[in-house]
Amino acid sequence: MRVPLTVNGAARAAEARDGQSLLTFLREELELPGSKNACEQGECGSCSVLLDGALVCSCLVLAAACADKTVETVEALADGETLHPLQQAFLKAGAVQCGFCTPGLIVAANALLQRNPEPSDLEIREALSGNICRCTGYGKILEAVRSVASGRA
Amino acid sequence: MTVAVRPRIRGTVGESVERPDGAPKVRGEFEYASDLWIQGMLHGATLRSPHPHARIVSIDTAKARALPGVRAVLTHADLPNEETFGIMRSDQYPLARAKVRFLGDPVAIVAADDVRTARDALRLIDVTYEALPAITDPIAALQPDAQPIHDKGNVIDAVHLVHGDPSARADVEVEGEYEVGMQDQAALGPEAGLAIPDDDGGVTLHIATQWLHEDRGQMAQCLGLPEEKVRLVMSGVGGAFGAREDVTLQIHLCLLALATKRPVRMTYGREESFYGHVHRHPARLFYRHGAKKDGTLVYVRATIALDGGGYASSSPAVIANAACFAAGPYRVPNAEIWSVGAYTNNPPSGAMRGFGAVQTCFAYEAQMDKLAAKLGMDPVALRRMNALEDGDHIITSQPVAGSEPVSEIIRRANALPLPPAGHRSALELPGGAGNLTQGEGVVRGVGFAAGFKNICYSHGFDDSSEARVRLERDADGPIAYVHTAAAEVGQGVVTVQLQVARTELGLERVIVENADTTIGSAGSSSASRQTWMTGAAVKAACDLVNAELDGRARDRGIPRERLADLLDTPVEHRITYRHAATEPRNPVTQNHGHVAFLFAAHRASVDVDLGTGLVKVVQVATAQDVGKAINPVAVIGQLEGGIAQGLGLAVMEEVILKDGAVKNASFTDYLLPTFLDMPPVVADLIEHPHPDAPYGAKGVGEPPTISSTPAIVAAIRAATGRALNRVPVRPDDIVFGTVALSGWTIVAGMDPRAATRA
Repeated sequence: MRVPLTVNGAARAAEARDGQSLLTFLREELELPGSKNACEQGECGSCSVLLDGALVCSCLVLAAACADKTVETVEALADGETLHPLQQAFLKAGAVQCGFCTPGLIVAANALLQRNPEPSDLEIREALSGNICRCTGYGKILEAVRSVASGRA
Repeated sequence: MTVAVRPRIRGTVGESVERPDGAPKVRGEFEYASDLWIQGMLHGATLRSPHPHARIVSIDTAKARALPGVRAVLTHADLPNEETFGIMRSDQYPLARAKVRFLGDPVAIVAADDVRTARDALRLIDVTYEALPAITDPIAALQPDAQPIHDKGNVIDAVHLVHGDPSARADVEVEGEYEVGMQDQAALGPEAGLAIPDDDGGVTLHIATQWLHEDRGQMAQCLGLPEEKVRLVMSGVGGAFGAREDVTLQIHLCLLALATKRPVRMTYGREESFYGHVHRHPARLFYRHGAKKDGTLVYVRATIALDGGGYASSSPAVIANAACFAAGPYRVPNAEIWSVGAYTNNPPSGAMRGFGAVQTCFAYEAQMDKLAAKLGMDPVALRRMNALEDGDHIITSQPVAGSEPVSEIIRRANALPLPPAGHRSALELPGGAGNLTQGEGVVRGVGFAAGFKNICYSHGFDDSSEARVRLERDADGPIAYVHTAAAEVGQGVVTVQLQVARTELGLERVIVENADTTIGSAGSSSASRQTWMTGAAVKAACDLVNAELDGRARDRGIPRERLADLLDTPVEHRITYRHAATEPRNPVTQNHGHVAFLFAAHRASVDVDLGTGLVKVVQVATAQDVGKAINPVAVIGQLEGGIAQGLGLAVMEEVILKDGAVKNASFTDYLLPTFLDMPPVVADLIEHPHPDAPYGAKGVGEPPTISSTPAIVAAIRAATGRALNRVPVRPDDIVFGTVALSGWTIVAGMDPRAATRA
């Protein structure tokens, strides 16, 4: 079926296959590969996007269920050449290694800071516990999110 | 006299530098192998054996080939030759011939117009198997009467190491049997690649790998092509940790592209990834330590049985490493070690961060604690008094030299501040959001461990890395291009190359080009070796560039600082770096098999809920000998990330096998440490430069994963009093005190091929 929706502020539409996830719809039909395919069952958060403002694992959402909805992906965060403060903070803190989890983590951290601009360390850990990072051990990610939360980025 | 004033160059060696691939990664624009796309490409899929051990009676692909949209269906009968592949021992056909040796062994491959059609076609391939008895116990597989899984039998390799007088008498003795479960590297990026047929009959493969040139050699052999017609280009790598050392889908992709004359992409799903790549070797270890009354170690005797699975992969080197590092970073005058790896019908084992040193460290550090308890000594003091010092010999008779601050590491790790007692939230207690306790029944424990491992390749391997540095000028002035084949797998070798070139050339504008096979091999991004090897290669190439610039400056009478004026033509040099030669293994000792060693120590603090057996790691403190921190923020990232994987092996991560099948091939069932599982890390970097390494930098990737696991388990033992002889520790082991025994009687130090049933 044809699915019209708003992605990163632009009206888009494409044909979704039966049972196609929002993740593969974004990656393959809309050519937005920033959301990543790591576990494809909602465990790792690499595919995190905002759907009508709510943080979801796009691998668990049917593309067909997104008709007329609004999706924001990692590709929406930078303002042209200027990186989003969280993107800058991840770079500066060394929170990026292989980077496969990074888009999902930045989307999830952004969702956290939108609802809680000054989270405690424990609140950061809890809010991002659905995003698995295999490289960093999370310490530098905590540092990055903390620096934006307190406006020190 | 004039003093040349040069602008300060930012981002040189020793500074914390942002990675050059970081901006595309945070934007979601970095192209990983699974993001590759080209017009007109086909999609590949793999049919795998549903049996751990079976004879292939027949394969009928007619129905699959007849499915609309299917462009190729290939089995062993379609291969160009009868060649095999394998990183250390060539023992695997690209597609199974006559027999499958593990559940997941590739049998057929398909290329189709889309992924769904490719997968539908797999279901239409009709394979008739005759099931054979499966051997899944490595010690059983090693016995002389075991059915052979490969023609040459089930012993992949057996290392017998004798040092001093292993029958020496000791005042105090301790012994134990230990088990290490199978750990998955669990890189988030799935195996993926894109093969494009070339006009000359060759093929170009875009691939996420740890070692382009090793892949190329194995591929060319199986594709029946000369190496120059097999071109590899590094694609974005979503983590590796050893899992990308072996060929997985490389040959399959190229076979399909050559058969269809179309580009073909393949990406494993998570479940297939568990079957598609090798894992850390499960191990059974039998140890006996002897010491004098004052704590001085007298001997170590050990028997180590490693489960290699269906194919050898890098088992021979893992087996050798397990033997070499079996006694730990301690002065051990007498030792006898048998380290033997078996073919079984389990999924193959191979490289994972720590590479044989992880399994033994869990056992010998448990032994050191047992010894300390029996002697009534402080476990940290016991380790310090036996710590290797300059000029001491490890049990392969190789002296340690250059940089080996073992005692200092142990002292400094133990001197780091302990975490505060108590907790601020129930989330910080064992069980976390499960809200299983409010703190009642929770006991704090502290444990300590130290470990060591080789750096770079060993045992006479011709270990090298080639670098090319080109200095030219463009409209904005001088600019340098650095090219190597070193695999950037997330660890930051791309940043190291940038920093080295900036430092040596005195120039900030440096571009590190993407790795490919148009330059010589850089060796693998493994064995903690790329900072040393490719760092040294880039440095040496820069030295040649600088020498030529100095000559130009002298010949032309132009000051060296007027760089742009010297670059009317580019300066380009290419050089291959080799570390000092190592000796090949010999049958009984291993001689000087390694070029250098890495050391680390960890102290873990844990809270354990005695009622549920759940563990919360509260803090890990570490001191590590890094030689020189080229990029300190990246070094800390390696330490913290490695500790997370060590924590995973200690209390969470295990590939659960039953009759050769993986029972938890998903991230729902294979538990990886999350943000809430990982505690704060307190780290003390010890920078004793190694005289042979570039800037003294030793490489840092593996030690964090080696001794963090035994430190955490020691802390759980301290909290619970349980023996805990296996990892990962399960709640049952804590609550009920279960002990994991192999069912075999093995006296530590004997050949496991002579084991008897207990």
